[in-house]
Amino acid sequence: MSVSTSSTPALSGAATSPAVVQQSATPALDKIRIENLSFFYGQNRALKDITLSLTENQVTAFIGPSGCGKSTLLRVLNRIYELYPNQRAEGTVLLDGEDILDPKQDRNVLRARIGMVFQKPTPFPMSIYENIAFGVRLYDHLSRSEMDERVEHALRGAALWNEVKDKLHASGTSLSGGQQQRLCIARTVAVKPEVILFDEPCSALDPISTSRIEELIDELSSSYTIAIVTHNMQQAARVSDHTAFMYLGELVEFGETQTIFTAPKQKKTEEYITGRFG
Amino acid sequence: MSMQPDKVRLRSLSARRRSANVLFQSLCYIATALGLTALFLILGSLLHNGLGGVSLRVFTENTPGPGSQGGLRNAIVGSAIMTVLGVCVGTPIGILAGTFMAEYGRYNRVTPIVRFINDILLSAPSIIIGLFVYELVVVPMGGFSALAGSAALALIVIPVVVRTTEDMLLLVPNSLREAAASIGAPRSVIIRSVSYKAAQAGIVTGILLAIARVSGETAPLLFTALGNLNFSLDLKGPMASLPLIINQFASSAYPEWQSLAWTGALIVTAAVLLLSIAARVLVSKRSD
Repeated sequence: MSVSTSSTPALSGAATSPAVVQQSATPALDKIRIENLSFFYGQNRALKDITLSLTENQVTAFIGPSGCGKSTLLRVLNRIYELYPNQRAEGTVLLDGEDILDPKQDRNVLRARIGMVFQKPTPFPMSIYENIAFGVRLYDHLSRSEMDERVEHALRGAALWNEVKDKLHASGTSLSGGQQQRLCIARTVAVKPEVILFDEPCSALDPISTSRIEELIDELSSSYTIAIVTHNMQQAARVSDHTAFMYLGELVEFGETQTIFTAPKQKKTEEYITGRFG
Repeated sequence: MSMQPDKVRLRSLSARRRSANVLFQSLCYIATALGLTALFLILGSLLHNGLGGVSLRVFTENTPGPGSQGGLRNAIVGSAIMTVLGVCVGTPIGILAGTFMAEYGRYNRVTPIVRFINDILLSAPSIIIGLFVYELVVVPMGGFSALAGSAALALIVIPVVVRTTEDMLLLVPNSLREAAASIGAPRSVIIRSVSYKAAQAGIVTGILLAIARVSGETAPLLFTALGNLNFSLDLKGPMASLPLIINQFASSAYPEWQSLAWTGALIVTAAVLLLSIAARVLVSKRSD
């Protein structure tokens, strides 16, 4: 939860935005500020005027029924939607005060700054070592030993090192589902992003793997700004500092997780978290 | 009481389904057996008729005149040269065009048109390709040549490789591309390091198919490389090839030529087989 003073560029973005929550002694900075964001799949409007902020070094959870736009929102933040035609975002998304939707921004550099972990584990068809070194090589020229160090550090960060240290050159796809997902987290962490987006990272995993990933998210939140989409409300309650409830492409309620789950202001939110719909 | 008729109905239903399953399964087995039988008959007759003629002489001596002894050296070398040239020219073009269709141009309106034209090329009778190259290369160059032969073979390689490359790249899940993009990899790196890697085995299979197809082609060479009973390495002159020799010798009246034709057929088949095995071993080693 500590806010490093080195990331002062965020101040410009934070200054113009209303403080969402002040829960620690140090003022929380907005790492990402989303303003009036709309999103279209062809003619179909999937997001309607979303405005909210992701606080630096905290976890923000997005909940809501299927099709409410929470994954879409995440896919705007690293502009991964641009891989497909007929998908379009309107509005402003500020990362440290800079508009990332500006076409002049290099989307590849942006994606190195904002990492993403997907629903299904997606190890690359290469060795465990190469799965991590691949991303690092894109932006850093490291010596052999520096690369070894970076790979080990990333694998330790993802709590996978002890399980794979003797088979780094085995195929990434030979790992179990939970291990593969931690490999994907290691791969994301290795390129040293500032923000990590988790798109239902546990939905394909068993309960034990799930709790390991949750622990991991908790640890990562001390150094990264994290957004997580989840269908599991207990998970949102366990891992997040802030929760956004979305419904039919709109942001219904956004606030401190504790408040959302104990005293929601909107009737819709209450109905959803008590399981009356969705 | 009301349960009884249901049970009877279910029992007859499941009996019918079981017999339908048995019938369908049998048909599949029979079809497989038929296919395999034909294959083994072909291989068997090749071995039976061709193996006897395999000797060192086949590789060291050129094709003989009618009624005398000789080998297939000029044809083997000619086939190797033209196949390698054709594949070396056709494969990169095929892979890059397939990459355009599956990666860069996947949502492009031109892509379906390219695919359609490619499919026409893929199924075009190879003699037409031979005639096309005759007009395009042989006539302007003033004569038959190995270069023209290679060009015709390259034209046969391209659509095969385009098709398999596109199909294999389309099988690579988008989630893998998204994952690579999400760590900041630009498009070209995603394609080269992730898509190609994931589709590697399939793309190699496509190239092998093209080699197998091309090394047995006779028709496109008739009007281009012509054939040559003497040994020649001159790319600008007529060149011998195994399929041409097989065609010529098998339809001749001389037993020596007929026997050489069998041996040539066996050599082509064995070469393609060895190549596929080698490539498969290589791919499986590299993907470990």
